[in-house]
Amino acid sequence: MYQFSGKLKTFSLALIIVGLVGIAYGFYSAPKTVEEAKEIIAQQASHGDSHATSHEVAKTDEHKDESHSAKEGHHEVVKDAHATADTHGEHHDDAHAEHVLHQLKNKPWSALYVSLFFFLGITLLVLTFYAIQRVAQAGWSIVLFRVMEAITANLVPTSIVMVLVVISAVMHWNHMFPWMGEGIFDPTSPNYDPIIDGKSWWINVPGWAIRSIIYLAIWNAYRWFIRRNSIKEDTVDDNNKTYKLSYNVSVGYIFLFMITETLMSWDWIMGLDPHWFSTLFAWYVLASLLVSALTVIAFVTIYLRSKGALPAVNDSHIHDLAKYMFGFSVFWTYLWFAQFMLIWYADIPEETTYFAMRFNEYNLPFLAMVVMNFVFPILLLLNSDFKSIPWFVVIGGIVILAGHYIDIFVMVMPATVGAQWSFGIPEISSLLFFLGVFIYATFNAFAKANPIPVKNPFLGESEHYHYYNIEHRGEGSGDHH
Amino acid sequence: MESSKVIHAFYNDDEVLMDAVKAVKAEHLHIEEVFCPFPVHGLDKAMGLAPTRLAITAFFYGITGLAFAIWMTNYMMIQDWPQDIGGKPNFSWWTNMPAFVPIMFELTVFFAAHLMVITFYMRSRIWPFKEAENPDPRTTDDHFLMEIPVNNNEAKITALLAKTGAVEINVVDKH
Repeated sequence: MYQFSGKLKTFSLALIIVGLVGIAYGFYSAPKTVEEAKEIIAQQASHGDSHATSHEVAKTDEHKDESHSAKEGHHEVVKDAHATADTHGEHHDDAHAEHVLHQLKNKPWSALYVSLFFFLGITLLVLTFYAIQRVAQAGWSIVLFRVMEAITANLVPTSIVMVLVVISAVMHWNHMFPWMGEGIFDPTSPNYDPIIDGKSWWINVPGWAIRSIIYLAIWNAYRWFIRRNSIKEDTVDDNNKTYKLSYNVSVGYIFLFMITETLMSWDWIMGLDPHWFSTLFAWYVLASLLVSALTVIAFVTIYLRSKGALPAVNDSHIHDLAKYMFGFSVFWTYLWFAQFMLIWYADIPEETTYFAMRFNEYNLPFLAMVVMNFVFPILLLLNSDFKSIPWFVVIGGIVILAGHYIDIFVMVMPATVGAQWSFGIPEISSLLFFLGVFIYATFNAFAKANPIPVKNPFLGESEHYHYYNIEHRGEGSGDHH
Repeated sequence: MESSKVIHAFYNDDEVLMDAVKAVKAEHLHIEEVFCPFPVHGLDKAMGLAPTRLAITAFFYGITGLAFAIWMTNYMMIQDWPQDIGGKPNFSWWTNMPAFVPIMFELTVFFAAHLMVITFYMRSRIWPFKEAENPDPRTTDDHFLMEIPVNNNEAKITALLAKTGAVEINVVDKH
């Protein structure tokens, strides 16, 4: 049995506390009034930093949105929209300050949300990868089952935080989702948005909240069941009946997961940009989270193996995980590019604004993540020998994880804080907080069960798993056939 | 090697063959060749063959293909005749790069795959009308054959091979 060391426990609790303090500071330092926002704008202007110029872009974008929403109707409406925009001109500074205020108010929420979605999604995809391994009756990964199960323990706390965020959105404590704004669906309101109103059969607050809870309930129910059943498999002697039940439930889960994951990525991420839509978006989110999930499995495995807690794991298992990291990095790039290139090529304004915003305001993270998520892993993990060297996998994995954090960041931030983004205390604190929760949940769960599913019918195969290519690296080759 | 004699030992099971190869290697005898009807996992390791470098060549062929695609798209679409085709920006290669990615990808794969296959054919000396080299037709069906050159130690090798479970041992003149 693995012992959750006091040192690690203290470390994770310290991360949680530091993270909480930083998150609280983020909320405390966000401006509360238009005056405070104006002060910040003035400060930015006097500093002459690049954000000052980018405001202009944001402003024109805003106007584009306005007239664009009207374009759907009549040309007269377009004229009207311009007319109102002109009359707005006098109050423009005020309107701009209010706009910035909303973005700055969103900042601590978005910082929390990016990290929350990152960790919740990774944990969810570890769970799904685990279900896939069961359904595929994979022979290599059985010795990693308890590692994956332990990681999925993080699903519970992240789901709880997600529920809190859902509640706070419903209660209008935050304004991350523009379609939840006041008067959006009300034709008599100045905030009325006919495009969003046309989608109100799907994006409405009660529906969104109920769906969110349903997704979380399904995922947590499967996790709770499969963890309990998996531990039961260790002791029961029932001719693999428990094992088969796990198999059947996993099949059902994968089916439900594909549906809930698709809807979840629409509701939780694409809903941040309610004017924009993309058909392969759910796959794209899936790929991003899946490659991160595999990296996290590899990290926890490498750590636990270095502590001697996983004697049955050999270099071939690491090699397979790294191969998956490599393969799904390429898969992510494929989807990222497929989404980007189709929109770039056709250049339909209603789709292109999404990338125009990201290119103008998030140029460095947007392009850096392609290098981090594609070029770096493809060069580092192409060589078969490198894939079985743990420290190589760790280096590759750190860049992949950072890259996919940026990926989520660039999905969320442009919609919620626009040009007001930065990577500071609120963002780092949220990362530390969820990292602490992750470490605590994972290793606490790992210490609670046998580190190997002793009665799994494929265990023997998994323990003798060997990838032929790394035989010459000095690892035992005696049990080869 | 002044002698042109070789010993052909036949086996009818790949596990037996693997043990025989290990036994012969343990005696520090040179194995000229092993003929199998299908790939035997671990045989190359047991024989001590060097790992293949085919994947490394493929990597460089792929880079060649990528470079070729970049040069070609740049020359054709940007340098030679930069037409306005449907408003696609052609001021520089980068401004129109996304449109070139599909061809870059395909040419990378094309070069890597085809040149690697051709390399394999050349290194393995396989081509149409090539005269088949198998010493016994049974090795393409259900027999494994180990070929060991003889250097005045015929009796010793034969005795060793007999112990390894060979179903047939022939001493033949190599032409």
